[in-house]
Amino acid sequence: MRYEAPSSSKEAAKLLASAKGKAVVLAGGTDLLVRMKSGAVEPDLIVDIKRIGATQEIKKSGNGFKIGAGVSGARLGKHRALKKAWPGVVEATNLIGSDQIQGRCTMAGNLCNASPAADSVPAMVAANAKANVVGPGGRRTVAVEKIPTGPGKTSLKKGEIIESITLPAKAPRSGDAYLRFIPRTEMDIAVVSAGVNLTLDSKGVVKKARVALGAVAPTVLLVEDAAKAIVGTKLDDDALAALAAACEAACRPIDDMRGTIEFRTEVAGVLARRAALTAYERAGGKK
Amino acid sequence: MNGVQVSTTVNGDVEEFVCHPGETLLEVLRNRLGLTGAKEGCGTGDCGACSVIVDGQLVCSCLVLGAEVEGRKVATVEGLADGNRLHPLQDKFLEHAALQCGICTPGFLVAAKALLDDNPDPTEEEIRYALAGNLCRCTGYDKIVRAVDAAAAELRKSSKKKASGRKK
Amino acid sequence: MAEQSYTEQEFKVVGSRVRRPDGVDKVTGRARYGADAFAPGQLVGRILRSPHAHAKIKKIDISRAEKMKGVKAVITCDDLPDLTGGRGPNFDILVNCMARGTALYHGHAVAAVAAVDEPTARKALKAIKVEYKALPHVTDVDAAMAEDAPIVQPGVEHDGKPSNIVNVSQFGHGDVDAGFAEADVIIEKSYRTEQTHQGYIEPHACLASVGPDGDGELWVTTQGHFTFRNVCAQLLGMDIAKLKVTSSEIGGGFGGKTHVWMEPVALALSRKANRPVKLVMGRDEVFMGSGPTCSTSMDVKIGAKRDGTITAGQATLRYQDGPFPGPWGMLGAMTSWACYDLPNVQAVAYDVLVNRPKVAAYRAPSAPMAAFAVESTMDLVAAEIGMDPVDFRLQNVAKEGSKAAYGPTYGPIGIEATLRAVKNHPHMKAKLGKNQGRGMACGFWFNFGGQTCTDLNIGVDGTVNLTMGTVDVGGARASMSLIAAEELGIPYEKVKCNVGDTSSLGHNDTTEGSRGTFSSGMATIFAARAAIDVLKARAALMWEIDVDDIEWKDGAAHAKGIEHSNLAPLTLAEIAKKSPQTGGPIAGHNEVVADGAGVSFASHICDVEVDPETGKTKILRYTVVQDAGKAIHPDYVEGQFQGAAAQGIGWALNEEYVYGEDGRLQNPSFLDYRIPVCSDLPFIDTEILEIPNPNHPYGIRGVGETSIVPPLAAIAGAVSNAVGVRLDHTPMSPPRVLKAIREANGR
Repeated sequence: MRYEAPSSSKEAAKLLASAKGKAVVLAGGTDLLVRMKSGAVEPDLIVDIKRIGATQEIKKSGNGFKIGAGVSGARLGKHRALKKAWPGVVEATNLIGSDQIQGRCTMAGNLCNASPAADSVPAMVAANAKANVVGPGGRRTVAVEKIPTGPGKTSLKKGEIIESITLPAKAPRSGDAYLRFIPRTEMDIAVVSAGVNLTLDSKGVVKKARVALGAVAPTVLLVEDAAKAIVGTKLDDDALAALAAACEAACRPIDDMRGTIEFRTEVAGVLARRAALTAYERAGGKK
Repeated sequence: MNGVQVSTTVNGDVEEFVCHPGETLLEVLRNRLGLTGAKEGCGTGDCGACSVIVDGQLVCSCLVLGAEVEGRKVATVEGLADGNRLHPLQDKFLEHAALQCGICTPGFLVAAKALLDDNPDPTEEEIRYALAGNLCRCTGYDKIVRAVDAAAAELRKSSKKKASGRKK
Repeated sequence: MAEQSYTEQEFKVVGSRVRRPDGVDKVTGRARYGADAFAPGQLVGRILRSPHAHAKIKKIDISRAEKMKGVKAVITCDDLPDLTGGRGPNFDILVNCMARGTALYHGHAVAAVAAVDEPTARKALKAIKVEYKALPHVTDVDAAMAEDAPIVQPGVEHDGKPSNIVNVSQFGHGDVDAGFAEADVIIEKSYRTEQTHQGYIEPHACLASVGPDGDGELWVTTQGHFTFRNVCAQLLGMDIAKLKVTSSEIGGGFGGKTHVWMEPVALALSRKANRPVKLVMGRDEVFMGSGPTCSTSMDVKIGAKRDGTITAGQATLRYQDGPFPGPWGMLGAMTSWACYDLPNVQAVAYDVLVNRPKVAAYRAPSAPMAAFAVESTMDLVAAEIGMDPVDFRLQNVAKEGSKAAYGPTYGPIGIEATLRAVKNHPHMKAKLGKNQGRGMACGFWFNFGGQTCTDLNIGVDGTVNLTMGTVDVGGARASMSLIAAEELGIPYEKVKCNVGDTSSLGHNDTTEGSRGTFSSGMATIFAARAAIDVLKARAALMWEIDVDDIEWKDGAAHAKGIEHSNLAPLTLAEIAKKSPQTGGPIAGHNEVVADGAGVSFASHICDVEVDPETGKTKILRYTVVQDAGKAIHPDYVEGQFQGAAAQGIGWALNEEYVYGEDGRLQNPSFLDYRIPVCSDLPFIDTEILEIPNPNHPYGIRGVGETSIVPPLAAIAGAVSNAVGVRLDHTPMSPPRVLKAIREANGR
């Protein structure tokens, strides 16, 4: 086993691409170290990307925010402008684990761990976030929902790392929200979750919507029917019922120790409804 | 194994050690540096008994590699007291009987220290959520929350005193 | 024994909220727990565990592991021959610590290694090749009782046929059929509780060292180092006197550290490697390989008159014990009806074997489940006859002189007082909002006494070393120091209390059954009184008067009578200072079988709010009322009440072992075995009642366990009052509550 902490993304990509045996990327480590402890992964090479400058920055520009892959949840939560623009994404990331976990966990790591229950992912998908990937072949930008391909699997190729995540500039009269269900008040993995991002017209009618669900399918779902159910409405009761129904219809969950199929399905609709109302209010909509 | 040579600061002292690439900071602290105040309750970041502060940030030392703390500043429960003067958190934990078996206590103290450094006047709810990453099975948390609240009040009092002292 | 009897007295230091003597060590990280010990040359031990729920072990090949560089010992059951006299006492412990031919549950130990470091030990485990033949398994208690169930332990028979039923116990009196015939209302209901774990934050850990002479030392986190010594010495074939066991600071036990799990393995590894071996369980091993409590299936039937008088109560309890027989169903049956004075009552319990870990004691073992079933049914009967649940309980409550269903006739007891306190508590009158509900329930625990041995030594400066043999699980050294200070009449700060190792004291039974403060408290009183006798004799020498003319009060010898009025009192310190000249060191010693532990009762009130759309329950307010007999250190008494209630809340709402179809435990982690976190709970209010135990000089009753008993039923009642569904299955997790709501709404 070898540990490397390169200072550039290019160097990291090179190390990973040329590695013999199992090579892993270490960002926050809150998933990787657990997997190493259990023996689920026994890496030959660990590439720590936190000494790469670009992974440590939160950059604001006309195009939105670029958030480095090594930025911890705790740092994200202290960034005022980001919180104001994307409260749902920040809240979602801040829901990952305890304060201790927040000190380490990252959005990019949460994405690359490729768990369908990852808290930050439905919020990022709803926000239309993009992953900035660096690899031996150069750079590419990918919609975040294209990164996980199944539980624990990603579309990243050998040698590729996510250097940062881009959140678009906040549109006028828009708002996002994320809710998850856990049995306790903290420390659990989401049993089911929903991220909603809405843009309203000047009259408070939903103009655009993105609705994403977590822990109800092998990957986070972007539910277009759910968005359709509320576009053109002011989130009246019928629209909310249609939203919940569309979400329930989209669910393909499993029964496991964390929840049942019927529970996940029913609560997915409940959470989408509640998150939509919060997003609506954040977008300036008045009920 | 390719040992990693690390130079770091622990509770203000420079420490140098060589560790396995996969060895956690918790293992380094306990087995190489003899600092057994941080405990392993789970090894998976779920119990907080191994809490330490790295560069001002609260973390589970079981989820940090020893190799990662090169050039960082690590603070553990062993460095909480000022010589033989207990930190107000330590003092209030004793006064309020906020520990029974005491295995979770180092983690709680470190987490509470991180909380109060960031938020000197937390509400009960803020205390409870800030300490949600620290499991205690003995106390039902009641006396722990009271002790942290009392320590926060004590720290506010003494920082006010200091501030007014400076004005004079 | 007359000297054990309660004497009313005014206490000077007992009952005060002093700082604990071990506190500073525990807030500075100095305190040394099970995993905090080091020995020169120590090795890292690790255990290989069965991936199967039930399997024949055809072959274990350790040759590759043994040859690896850095591996110093590899052992299997062959290194732990049966020295119990052929499946004798403690054979179950031997089988549980290392499988013998058959893996009986997922996580059963099959081999172990000792190596120079952790990575090498892990590699060595991988190099051990075990050939298994999977056998049919059963993990559910009802399924295990079925006719065609897979048999967990060949040789067990019930009704003349191979069976998993290892024991049937029955308690009660009167004629239940006649009682039910008299009833106006009969409620009968079935309940289930899932398996829970004690969840101590400190995993099992020990450091074992056996030298070439065969003598050994064991540093271990345990609730009973003397018992551990006796068991380990027997299983390893050592003389009891030649194995010194030191109880480390203990990071929580709750019954789970009363049992020997892996310590014989550590000693066997050390003996084979001829080096000290540190063996520490991972959290997954704690869940898989150290004892949880039983899961159960229960039926309860209560008949009552319209006026609220219960005419009959009957309970059938099925408790699974894991793969080895235990007393668990029996204890459930004994505790089930203990709160009530019933004319006709019966409890029948089945202890049943399954392919799960060996069941261990967990705080008032077996009582919470039976109370969940009985107390929930009590609520249903009260509702059916339109009576307030507290009044209904008061009408049938056990009193002094009542004959308990499990046999004895009660002396002075506190159940009625706790119920009256609940009835008058402001909590009972507080307003509730939408989707909020209140519940209440009662609980009982026997409490134990047992063998105890304590030493008290006085230094020449008048300070006192108190050495006790029960383990300090959560403040006992403070309580014992208070008691010694009280008896001797000296300040609390002058006493230093330590837990002695097995070579420094006579045998002490395991610290279980809430016996620590009761029994070591008693031995401390007697040891102090013995020391006072010596102090008086020394004062007599110093004064050259008759010892009968001396009395001890306020920490000093006083000469009685007008003829001695010129003699100023001699303080303890003054007598101690002269002790080298008056006969040498001054000490008091006591060994006792502390009989007469007073039974304990508690009543709880709980408010919850349930989210009807998700089934999630939030605890809004919680109040514990419990009888302590006498609270020696009220802070730690409250702490016991609060901690027990919190464990009960976790049991009620979210904690459970989840087994897959394959018989494997799916959630052996603190991530998915969900114990309450800080933000899950409100402050837990407590009210300490003091109804003296007549069989203890200070009136002490054990306080540690009883309050884990009521929460399951109290919360079930509160949920029922909040959203109109009565849960009969714990944990009342969101999926179960939501399903119940859905079904109640006809969806």
